[in-house]
Amino acid sequence: MKSHVWRPLYLALGAIALLLVARKLMVPADFGVHGASFTYNFYRLASIDDWKNMPVHYRGKDTCTDCHEDKVKAINASPHAQIQCENCHGPAGDHPDNPELLEIDRSRALCLRCHTGLPYPSSHRADLPGVDPENHNPRTECAECHNPHNPDLEAM
Amino acid sequence: MSTSRRQFLKSALASAAVTALPLSAFRLLSPAEVRAAIGDARVRWAFLVDTYKCVGCGLCVKACKRENEVPYDVPVSRTWVERYVVLKNGKSYIESPNGGRDGYTSPKIGESNINPDEIVKAFFVPKLCNHCEKPACVQVCPVGATYQTNDGVVLIDRKWCIGCGYCIMACPYGVRFFHPVYKVAEKCTFCYHRISKGLKAACVQACPFGARQIGNLKDPNDPVTKQIMTQRVSVLKEEYGTKPQVFYIGLDANVR
Repeated sequence: MKSHVWRPLYLALGAIALLLVARKLMVPADFGVHGASFTYNFYRLASIDDWKNMPVHYRGKDTCTDCHEDKVKAINASPHAQIQCENCHGPAGDHPDNPELLEIDRSRALCLRCHTGLPYPSSHRADLPGVDPENHNPRTECAECHNPHNPDLEAM
Repeated sequence: MSTSRRQFLKSALASAAVTALPLSAFRLLSPAEVRAAIGDARVRWAFLVDTYKCVGCGLCVKACKRENEVPYDVPVSRTWVERYVVLKNGKSYIESPNGGRDGYTSPKIGESNINPDEIVKAFFVPKLCNHCEKPACVQVCPVGATYQTNDGVVLIDRKWCIGCGYCIMACPYGVRFFHPVYKVAEKCTFCYHRISKGLKAACVQACPFGARQIGNLKDPNDPVTKQIMTQRVSVLKEEYGTKPQVFYIGLDANVR
């Protein structure tokens, strides 16, 4: 056969070879099927570690107990026992190193998340002590009268 | 066309050999090798939401955004809480302003005043990625940037995602969005960095009412698994065949 027939074939083969070399260089070695299904488990394995290594910001109440035992004890004895410290004090992160001080949310809006009275049948919301925010001492911070660590009205 | 017996046997043998050749390319795997390939299948993360317990405080949304560094004031969220109010006249209101990030602090819905006597049922429904057993979002990814881990969590490879948005369109639950900082697809990871360390997901920990729980379906003694097995639970949009792994107690026909 004449060369003009072979030439495009060589070109095509060259292009395929180039593609394969480029693929080898650019696709990470750990990319492939890691699991039972090609459809759902085709990925770069190191990506799992990327996610596992994400920083944890919310440490949980148990971490707070190490230094602030009195505060944790106080709130655990109150109707707010089920509330995490970090819901109001913000995520601890690497506290006390970073941040040194946590930002405390004393806003009325925070309390109203649960304590705006909503008469919702079949929702637990209706069971919570609720106020009408427009009439219950508007423009006053709740914490001025209610102690968030012991919100019991008897203790006021 | 006539064929001699010799000729026929010859060609039959040859074609059998040619067919057998590709078969030899298949490896026979021992059960141990299969297990190694599939990975540790003793964990299957699942989520349980009790809509009766949810009060719509939105602390889960706040914790999720902070924990996972989702820009706080951009209207995107990995999880959100919806409010449903159904009136006696059959009218229903559904809303989720800012994903319920600031809680529901007013009886007003949007600009409409609701007469409390008219309410027949009203409740809150937290939503998050369902980590489907057959995730449509993973199937459509053209580059293999989203996948299901061996413990059943659907993740996105931020380094590999090209941001085409196919998965965002494919998810029947609308849980995926475009991350405004990383410029890739983003969604709930069940707090993979936390659950793999033995911690609870941030939203689960932040919820004061136990409305959100996470557990291992493969462990029959797991309290969440026990509830899923013994209580009347349902999933969202079952008809899509995606086999969601977020189970709900107290779902209503109004919930979409």
